[in-house]
Amino acid sequence: MSARAAWRLESLGFGEVYEYVAGKLDWMSAGLPTQGTNAAQPRAGEVSRKDVPTARLTDRLGDVRERVRPLGWDAVVVTNDERVVLGLLRSKELAKDPDLTMEQAMRPGPSTFRPYVAIKEMADYMANHMLESSPITTSDGRLVGLLLQKDAIRMAGGKLNER
Amino acid sequence: MPSEIDRNQVQQLVGRGAQLVEVLPPDEYEEDHLPGAISLPLRRLETEAVRMLDRSRPVIVYCWDTA
Repeated sequence: MSARAAWRLESLGFGEVYEYVAGKLDWMSAGLPTQGTNAAQPRAGEVSRKDVPTARLTDRLGDVRERVRPLGWDAVVVTNDERVVLGLLRSKELAKDPDLTMEQAMRPGPSTFRPYVAIKEMADYMANHMLESSPITTSDGRLVGLLLQKDAIRMAGGKLNER
Repeated sequence: MPSEIDRNQVQQLVGRGAQLVEVLPPDEYEEDHLPGAISLPLRRLETEAVRMLDRSRPVIVYCWDTA
């Protein structure tokens, strides 16, 4: 649609016309602000915890656990140097053998969600799928934060869809 | 020929005075649009582009994605 618009504008005499091909979806996936009636609604990106601990594939589980538990965390996101999400450890995985590496202990390829998803939608989904936490990433897989189910439900007003 | 640009280029061009135009239907614009964008749905482009836009400034058009 935008390609046709760009070409038509050019034919109408506009000399410098650009097409933002990836469009609004790309913009919102990056967690950038928007304007409009939905802009004031809380979304996954802003509610997610940006201070979630991260680890590398080769880190030892025991070391990571010692680092994050005193901070009150029961989850760790495994990323690479580009902050791309590779895996997730929730409480169950964090309780495994301390000599395992992150790569051995993690849940690989976890489901991720985009920052623009409405918090009510996230709360319903996480409750229905019994997800205690979910990574929020940009469209190119980079970690924005970790959304906790309790935060999502609280921000959604504590009301979930019946299932 | 219109140039294809990415998110960073959008921000740079807008900072230099480019006009941002969303060509989706108005209800989608009302819900969410890029900051500062105006609504000019594709079907209204023919009749309203010249009136609403400044030919002397760059124009960036966008919709949801590549569709």
